[in-house]
Amino acid sequence: MTPFNYERASDISEAVGKPQFIAGGTNLLDLMKLGVETPDRITDITRLDMKNIEDHEGGLRIGALVSNSDLAADMRVRQTYPVLSRALLSGASGQLRNMATTGGNLLQRTRCYYFQDKSSPCNKREPGSGCSAIGGVTRLHAILGASEHCIATHPSDMAVAMQALDALVEVEGKDGSRRIALSDFYRLPEDRPDRETVLEYGELITAVVLPPAPTGKQTYRKVRDRASYAFALVSVAGIVSMQDGKIAQVALAFGGVAPRPWRDLEFEAALVGRAPTRETFDAATDILLRDASGQGGNDFKIPLLRRTLRAVLTELCEE
Amino acid sequence: MNLHHKMDEADRRNRLDDMAQGVLSTPMDRPEGPLKVSGTATYAHEAQPEGMLHGVFVRAPRLGRVVEKDDAAAREMAGVEAIISGDRLLRNPAQGTANEAPIQGATEVHYVGQPVALVVADTFETARAAAQSISFEIADADRAPTDPRNYDSPEDEQSSMGDLEKAMKEAAISIDQTYTTPSHNSAAMEPHASIAHWDGEKLTLRGSYQMLKYNRNELADALGVDPENVRIVAPYVGGGFGSKLGIAPEAVAAALAAKETGRPVGVAMTRQQVFESTMRRSETKQRIRLAADANGRLSGIGHDAWVSNLPDEDYFEPVTQATPFTYRGENRMIGTHVTRVSRTCAGSVRAPGEAVGVTCFEIAMDELANAAGIDPVELRRRNIAEQDPTGDQPYSSNKLDATLTSGAAAFGWDNSCPAPSSRREGEWLIGQGMASAVRVNTLMGSKARVTLDPDGTATVETDMTDIGTGTYAILTQLTAEMLGLKPSAVEVRLGDTDHPPGAGSGGSWGAASAGSSVFLACQSLRGHIAKALGTDEKDLTLKDGQAIADNRSVPLSEILDAPLESIGEIEPGDTGDDVRQATWGAYFSEVAVNAVTGETRVRRMHGTFAAGRILNPKTARSQCLGGMTFGIGMALTEELMHDPRDGRIVNRDFAEYHLPVNADVPQLTVELLEERDPWANPMQAKGIGELGICGAAAAILNGIYNATGVRVRDLPATLDKVLAGLDD
Repeated sequence: MTPFNYERASDISEAVGKPQFIAGGTNLLDLMKLGVETPDRITDITRLDMKNIEDHEGGLRIGALVSNSDLAADMRVRQTYPVLSRALLSGASGQLRNMATTGGNLLQRTRCYYFQDKSSPCNKREPGSGCSAIGGVTRLHAILGASEHCIATHPSDMAVAMQALDALVEVEGKDGSRRIALSDFYRLPEDRPDRETVLEYGELITAVVLPPAPTGKQTYRKVRDRASYAFALVSVAGIVSMQDGKIAQVALAFGGVAPRPWRDLEFEAALVGRAPTRETFDAATDILLRDASGQGGNDFKIPLLRRTLRAVLTELCEE
Repeated sequence: MNLHHKMDEADRRNRLDDMAQGVLSTPMDRPEGPLKVSGTATYAHEAQPEGMLHGVFVRAPRLGRVVEKDDAAAREMAGVEAIISGDRLLRNPAQGTANEAPIQGATEVHYVGQPVALVVADTFETARAAAQSISFEIADADRAPTDPRNYDSPEDEQSSMGDLEKAMKEAAISIDQTYTTPSHNSAAMEPHASIAHWDGEKLTLRGSYQMLKYNRNELADALGVDPENVRIVAPYVGGGFGSKLGIAPEAVAAALAAKETGRPVGVAMTRQQVFESTMRRSETKQRIRLAADANGRLSGIGHDAWVSNLPDEDYFEPVTQATPFTYRGENRMIGTHVTRVSRTCAGSVRAPGEAVGVTCFEIAMDELANAAGIDPVELRRRNIAEQDPTGDQPYSSNKLDATLTSGAAAFGWDNSCPAPSSRREGEWLIGQGMASAVRVNTLMGSKARVTLDPDGTATVETDMTDIGTGTYAILTQLTAEMLGLKPSAVEVRLGDTDHPPGAGSGGSWGAASAGSSVFLACQSLRGHIAKALGTDEKDLTLKDGQAIADNRSVPLSEILDAPLESIGEIEPGDTGDDVRQATWGAYFSEVAVNAVTGETRVRRMHGTFAAGRILNPKTARSQCLGGMTFGIGMALTEELMHDPRDGRIVNRDFAEYHLPVNADVPQLTVELLEERDPWANPMQAKGIGELGICGAAAAILNGIYNATGVRVRDLPATLDKVLAGLDD
């Protein structure tokens, strides 16, 4: 790997303003070995006090350094936010979940084959060099939210569940702290796929805040190419509450299909107040997929998403 | 004292059954197992000598001709000692048993990822950073296409009997379908790695290789040195599966770098490099034609295979290897067609030929069974031939019927031809599928030295390898059995070209070939002991360090006054041609397909196999479990994905090249049918290493059909292919 400076931050204020943080290293180290990431300077934040899960404003405040394993196993998460626990446990492997952190998981990079191969042009890696995935192997790629400059997907399962839970990302910057709704946190690629989030230079994720748990049933369903240790082709995080035989509230987020955890409020609105029939589901799904388009190798994700969503809604709407 | 035996006649002496120690054919644990699980068995890149430098390959980023290399930045990095390139670097690994260097040269780039230079530095990290900093100017050059097309049909690869076209026309039931399988990678756990050091003109290479006697000649040829000056050591190999049959680029590069720097140099390929610059199994297209009467009896078989390789590589995937002799049918057309592509070299990967050939053939047989309305097990039984239908060779043994019958009973096979999509549990559609297993059996020349010490211990030496298969275990057991010793009194030394040349591991021939040479050496030692006792070798009993004959029991220490040594040598002979030798089996699976998503999960799988005498039921079973697991991968997940524009392999790591993980592998059961095949070798044992994969995937794909009515003919059966046929 290219030589770099390593430093360890002893408190949050010391870390803020630094260009590249490292915690679990489950993604950054791999990318450094491949030469995809070549930071000059790395700030180790693993000693910072961000490892607690606290009751907070009726919900939970999850420190950025809480490991995926610990978060999935937390009794409050398991009882109140099962969608999150399930999403976490469907991701990666036991070893990776032990190392990977909450903050790092939000910021993991795409698994696009061409992003990881330095000899292939990639606008995310080298802005302006072109997108090799378009016209290439696109099994992993996006059907929603992509641009002519990038068709990569965001690989996280955790973030998909958090998106359905209306999570907030707490960040600390030079000018103090701020909270960003997860729905505003990720940028779409448009013509700058290298800019993946709204984080400013040097801002540090300190926590993820979950609002009080919504009522209703929750589930996370992940469809993938093998039974474990594979990224989602399609995943659905769903929360549905029913009243008088009709859908009262829904929150649905999708993974594996877009450059960010995907949520569509217009689609959700088309479900609310209606009886949970196949016609209702299909009409709403038409809205969700109104702009969906495949690249050839991922065309199947459109019917797959439709079918998976229908099964999830059927399950969640059962009273 | 040495004993050479050429296998010209069947050996019906059943000699091993006369032995008394009682350790052979028991499930003995591997003697080297504790070393491996405690991390003290050193693999190729772990035995690092002091002062070793690290080499890292630079990969070609595109096809064409290297016209300029910009390595100024790399040369300036502190710690960089040398940058090796030039005409001696290997373009690709040698094919199995090549015995000479493959194509060399680092200027002509024939596939993306081809190693074009080696950076040598004091640390691995420096070498890697320097390697990544090197850029190339690569000019366009005339290259083979990256997608396979324009096939040649070499005359000696086409054969026919009778009139297949006519048989197809006259058949009551016929099948004419085309199947495809993708490129595969061996995906051994231990990446390819070598450490080279020179002592004057003498080169010692610590490597991870399967067939050292060939590898030594290949390495010497690549370097332009006398093979006598080359020693290869590979006592532990972390899996090969064909990818380490021939010398690979890292060995030659390490040797060149060590020569240039005057220091030991280690080169370990990264996982990405293993995927793109060792060996792939060629993708295949297979047209299979079956002509049958109303009772499912075959009158005609057609099997055409289309495969690819790099320019100037002789090897092609022997897809149809088992087709000529598996089933009856007097009209035949069997052919292989080859084209040249700019893709990673194609070579031996996990049971070359049968792994993909039998798999597709067994899917076609399932299609025939369905079309005829005949139980698939019964269909196969009706088509077992009396002798090899292509000639007048009898089978040395044909256990297909026995394995079908026993396997079906062990699995609980439903022989009532349950209709597709007839069983559902919630979202899951449940089906059953089966397939036959068949693999050619081969004997290769092999030598081993066995030394019996007066203190009652024995040492076995051969350059045979143990690539995780159990060679240490079975040679220990065999020696202990024949010399009447406890296994703990036997030391087996493998993987060193200073030892007598063995058969090497590959083609499932290792155990039987290397084992036969040990058998012969031990037989010779027994003859010497018998003579000392004034008796015949066949009347001698050796047990627990005692020699027993004519009502006398004498400790070995009283008979021997010095170590007694013998080199046994087995040579293949007429039995390879006089009879058709093969191993047989049958697979049965129960699969569940998700009606919503098309995801397939294998619920349980059973295999019954017959491969002659089973030398160790534990290691033999492990081989079969591994083969069936490969079958799950081939059926459902494994596929090297080539970019359509330049042929590069895009999924170059274990995250994206989907081998089955534990959650994909259900309860697997294995049954081994004991037999003696006198034509195979004096031990009457046959190869079992690859049998477990030869058709395994078909049992799963046929199960998917039975569960859903969806016939997937383009492997692997990823969910999108199944989904396309499911109700909305």
